[in-house]
Amino acid sequence: MTDHALSTPLSVDREAEQILKAQRRRQIISATLRYGVLFSVGLVMLYPLIWLIGASFKPNSEIFAGAGFIPHEGTVAGYVNGWQTSTPYTFGRFFWNTFLIVIPKIIGTAISCTAVAYGFARFDFPGKKILFASLIATLLLPNVVTRIPQYLLFRDLGWLDSFLPLWVPSAFAGDAFFVFMLVQFLRAIPRDMEEAARVDGASTWQVLLFIVVPLLTPALISVCLFQFMWTMNDFLGPLIYISSVDKFPVSLALKLSIDTTEAFEWNRILAMSVLTIMPALIVFFVAQKYFIEGISAGGVKG
Amino acid sequence: MSGDSRFLGLVYLSPYIIGLLVFTALPFAASFYLSFTDYNLMSAPVFTGIENYVKLFTSDRTFRKSLWVTLVYVFTTVPLKLAFALFIAVILNYKLKFINFFRTAFYVPSILGGSIAIAVMWRYLFADVGIVNMGLAAIGFEPVNWFGDPTNALFTITLLRLWQFGSAMVIFLAALQSIDKSLYEAASIDGAGKFATFWHITMPLITPVIFFNLIMQMVQAFQEFNGPYIITQGGPLKSTYLLPLYIYEEAFKRFDMGYASAIAWVLFAIIMVLTVIAFWSSRHWVYYAGDKRS
Repeated sequence: MTDHALSTPLSVDREAEQILKAQRRRQIISATLRYGVLFSVGLVMLYPLIWLIGASFKPNSEIFAGAGFIPHEGTVAGYVNGWQTSTPYTFGRFFWNTFLIVIPKIIGTAISCTAVAYGFARFDFPGKKILFASLIATLLLPNVVTRIPQYLLFRDLGWLDSFLPLWVPSAFAGDAFFVFMLVQFLRAIPRDMEEAARVDGASTWQVLLFIVVPLLTPALISVCLFQFMWTMNDFLGPLIYISSVDKFPVSLALKLSIDTTEAFEWNRILAMSVLTIMPALIVFFVAQKYFIEGISAGGVKG
Repeated sequence: MSGDSRFLGLVYLSPYIIGLLVFTALPFAASFYLSFTDYNLMSAPVFTGIENYVKLFTSDRTFRKSLWVTLVYVFTTVPLKLAFALFIAVILNYKLKFINFFRTAFYVPSILGGSIAIAVMWRYLFADVGIVNMGLAAIGFEPVNWFGDPTNALFTITLLRLWQFGSAMVIFLAALQSIDKSLYEAASIDGAGKFATFWHITMPLITPVIFFNLIMQMVQAFQEFNGPYIITQGGPLKSTYLLPLYIYEEAFKRFDMGYASAIAWVLFAIIMVLTVIAFWSSRHWVYYAGDKRS
């Protein structure tokens, strides 16, 4: 072996070295390119948000004066004035309304979707195939086609200008996507424990409550988080159903403040925009893992 | 669980079944019926046959314009968004440092997605004196009239949705990361170049995910409402007056429920036809390996 190594001509070594060098150079160039692309895209992604936050602390005269985000003369006037709003209510009221919409909706979603997913994943019953197909169909069904009759239905029930039209469909597992996601998740969980519990005499709802729900917790957290985000961001629902200002969620209140004050008080609008996205941003950064996992596992709209 | 009644599962499904009937199936059928009526909420619906549809396709110029801009919007936004999301996902799939940081940074805009605060922000960024035009001026371009000019306004909304490519990207990235590395090694031993590897190995393996993203993004793009409603109010000259906006105004501003339902059904029919085409064509381009789920 040593003989062989010694007999190798020096030039081959050099050649190999050169090839290696060229390879390394190419690697460095392509890595630089990749990081270049990623950094510039990252800048384009994040700068608007950074600018938004910075500009919300600027005086009105400064907002369109330069592209930088750091205010020269920082002020919280936008927040103070924006919080007061041009209505008899403060923005706090609108946040409170938002949570009054979001929290019951999340609870209804979590409970109903868990029960339905359990039914789909663990039982056989007549019509199962058709019902599961209907779930997929609802997933693809554009809301635009059912919106008008839903409105008429809620009007006949006397639910207009209340939160009921926003809560109730979700409490009946109306968000097919979440059911689908939980079914997928449940199918991947082995049934041994459940079957053992059944043999020991537990009823199916005890199994659901004490075995399945704890195992399902990570997926349920994803469901709650997505529902939180989507409901916080929902604009069309409240726009159609909520008409009194005292019941407005922040999305409608923000639209209202644009209509009434945008012509002159920009920082007010920007400040309230920042507040509007803050809950979603904070929740996202705290619970990022669940979002990425949820979206990667089931695929998600958005 | 043999001792149980075979209907036990249906008990757990009962919320779904009730919801399906009351909030989906019934409204679905009702909206089809309403599309053949004249109904303004004041009196009972009057059956008018296909009159609404005849009016839509013969004399309603707003509808024609709205349909056209909707198709333009969908057919630019969806392919651009998917291509960009895939491009970035492929770059992120190399073993890079800070991958989690980049993934998060790219995903944040999607999370804020439909929020109207983001649409508000877009108005400021793309204002005549906003930072986008400042940036253009800095590199020597003329400022662009983003919202005032009918040829640009729709594209500004497309840009907003492109900015939110993150969720499609995360799905692509998850698919790319699940590809068996040994396939790449085999290809490289066989002397395949980067493009050949991408085209013959990566692409076929992620077609199920491309298909999923395509359907989801398309259905979503056809229902775009917040962007044009907040940013341009459908203008200028109805150049961003997408069909959902038209439906909203017919139904909830003019309370012409019958006519609005007819527009909704045309929109639904278009989405359906395109979905069916996608499903049908998927046989020829979507590759399902043994245990791939999608």
